[in-house]
Amino acid sequence: MTARAGSAAADVAASWSALSAQVAAGRRFAGLMGTQRGDALVLSAHLAGPGGVTTTDVALPAGAGGYPALTPVLGAAFWYERELHDLFGIVPEGHPRLEPLILPQPAAHGPLPRLGDHDTVPAPIWPDEHSVPRHVLGPGLFTIPHGPVRSGVVESIEYLVETPGEDIPHLNMRLFYKHRGIEKRFEQLPAADGVLLAERTEGVASVAHALAFCHAAERIAGTGDVPWPAALVRVLHAELERLTAHLDVATRLADAAGLAVAAARFGVHKERVARLVGRMCGSRFGRGVVVPGGVSALPLVGPADLLAEVGRMERAVTADARVLMGTASFIDRLRGTGPLRAERAREHGALGPVGKASGFSDDARATRPYDAYTALGLGAPREHGSGDALERLRLRFDEVHQSFHLLRQAADELGDASDGPLAARCEIGSGRAVGWAEAPQGEVLYDLLVRDGQIVRCRPRSPSFHNLVLFHEVFAGDILTDFPFIEASFGLSVAGVAL
Amino acid sequence: MSPWVLRGLRDGVVTTRWPGRPDPYADTWRGPATVLEHHPAQGAEGAEGAEGAGAGEAAALAASTALAALAALCPAGAIGAAPGRGVAVDLGRCVLCGRCVIRRPDVFGWSPGSASAALTRAGLVVPAAAETEQGLAAVRAGLAARTRALRRSVHLRHVDAGSDGSEEQEIAALLNPVYDIGRLGIFFTASPRHADVLLVTGAGAHGMAEPLRRTYEGMPDPKLVIAVGTDAVSGGLLGGAAEGGSGSGSYATSGGVGTLVPVDVWLPGSPPPPFAILHALLLALGRLPARPEPEGGRP
Repeated sequence: MTARAGSAAADVAASWSALSAQVAAGRRFAGLMGTQRGDALVLSAHLAGPGGVTTTDVALPAGAGGYPALTPVLGAAFWYERELHDLFGIVPEGHPRLEPLILPQPAAHGPLPRLGDHDTVPAPIWPDEHSVPRHVLGPGLFTIPHGPVRSGVVESIEYLVETPGEDIPHLNMRLFYKHRGIEKRFEQLPAADGVLLAERTEGVASVAHALAFCHAAERIAGTGDVPWPAALVRVLHAELERLTAHLDVATRLADAAGLAVAAARFGVHKERVARLVGRMCGSRFGRGVVVPGGVSALPLVGPADLLAEVGRMERAVTADARVLMGTASFIDRLRGTGPLRAERAREHGALGPVGKASGFSDDARATRPYDAYTALGLGAPREHGSGDALERLRLRFDEVHQSFHLLRQAADELGDASDGPLAARCEIGSGRAVGWAEAPQGEVLYDLLVRDGQIVRCRPRSPSFHNLVLFHEVFAGDILTDFPFIEASFGLSVAGVAL
Repeated sequence: MSPWVLRGLRDGVVTTRWPGRPDPYADTWRGPATVLEHHPAQGAEGAEGAEGAGAGEAAALAASTALAALAALCPAGAIGAAPGRGVAVDLGRCVLCGRCVIRRPDVFGWSPGSASAALTRAGLVVPAAAETEQGLAAVRAGLAARTRALRRSVHLRHVDAGSDGSEEQEIAALLNPVYDIGRLGIFFTASPRHADVLLVTGAGAHGMAEPLRRTYEGMPDPKLVIAVGTDAVSGGLLGGAAEGGSGSGSYATSGGVGTLVPVDVWLPGSPPPPFAILHALLLALGRLPARPEPEGGRP
């Protein structure tokens, strides 16, 4: 190693220890990403805390093939560094298990998308699906491949369940099947069109992704606050999205437990929310509503109708939730299933319901409020901590309750304030900013770099990507039949992980 | 007694009667953007026909500039020129962002209802070319011959080939009591060996090409493939092939699933709602009643 490379490595290591000191002091590790700048790679680490997200940029020397890994000092970087290795061919030296994650390639350092380098149009990459990782060895142990085409209507992912027959001592995940090259696609779009792709990055969190993207874009444009009616409409759609996602989890859990009537009723509740969203904006997923600077239009459903419908839904959902949580055969399947230890949740900075149910909460709506959340009352959060599938469902029902509360406030306010412009001026020129929003699954983070109105680099970090790695942790003591409960209780989307 | 027994009866029948009876939700749905029947940009038609005369050339130039301006409205590249017919929209590329409808309501509008699916890829281009109307009858006859044996016991297998996750939600909604797909003799199955219809979502991610091919090959004949969603039809915003073109998508996707499996029914939508998926299924099976929707599923 030359003296120059040696000193660069020392610089990187110094940055990492500064980062881990900040995490130890209470900030939350929110992600690590790379940007190609010519022959050099710039690593950006994000830390979240009350009031905002800070970014540390570490530039590696041009042509560097490796750098000291962050994972040994900050375990939460585990998947982020594997992803860096896949996408940029860079080796985090000292990483405990550098196996392919997002893009297994037939030959090491094959064609790379070179994210951040606008001029590179990558050659097609066809992932190699034949190398199967295996970690637990012993007599009678075998691997059950579960996916990528699984039973039911679900997204493509492969779980490799390593088992002696019933217990699940270890589980591997292979995510590359639906890698769509989203990040590279962003680089071909004008900043104003980026929000359309953001909405399609993770379908079950379309509104949250659009919000996080627009918050970043608005910061670059110096827009400031969006008009008040627009801020309220954004909250309405974000909370309806949360309702849909949580009702979906309840449906899937009830279905896994064989409670046909409960699954049917929660399915109907979910359909009702989807129809309300569809009536409000023409899309059942709230797409096309959020635009840089505000919203595209007021809801096509008036505030009075909205309030009435929200009230009807609240009564129906609350009653069924109470009965579901009192159904002994159902509770028995969830209690103690897939527990995530509080300590692990905190170390990892687990997002959304997964973190909250284990006693770690960093809800962007409360700690880094945006849009109308700055003024609306979220209510005091209830204590959660046991971290099993039951606690995660209990927490979701609490959030459903909170969402109804927010919907009523926002619809009320909108009735008084629906005059005036719906979008502030938002000319996205050049600059870089981070935007965030609390999706039903947790915080979505966008790191956006724009030059002359053209996206140079856009990295969406979905809560699913951050949380899914915790799947490795929650199977201790659980058996194969617990699998559907644990998976449903996490409520994540593969689209946001594989990008 | 379990409290669920009475709760199950509480709201009465919530299930739609569609397609036997019309359903207002299906009929008032806002489908992909389309070209209005009469619009000012139709002037381009005459100009393209005119040859030689200087005035004709100037008019042609103005018309092509106008067309380019219209095409630039669409971030997904769905708007283009139809030779001799002025401006055309490829519904298979529409991501329903609504920009064209908002900026040029005199030229573009939403296609009403849930009958978005078509039996040919070319059938998704509006206005339709004359020859596709003729070809449609042959396609329909061929499909009917294949599906005759399926009758009222049809099993579906879904494969996600790189979707954003929303299409899965809408397909799964078919199982809820509002749509209750089982009442039509249509069921989901886990095994490709038991499946008659393959629902494919997503832009055709390269990683899913092999698993998708194996699933398709594992299905017994006769089998049908439905591309569900704009991504599956054309790659959508992820980039890919326009109708008639052979774009290759991106480094990670194939520009729709049409190059990976033989698609029988093309259903655009971002994502298509459950009624549109139901319509596509019945269109594939030749079980749409003659009344509610016009021929070919296109308004």
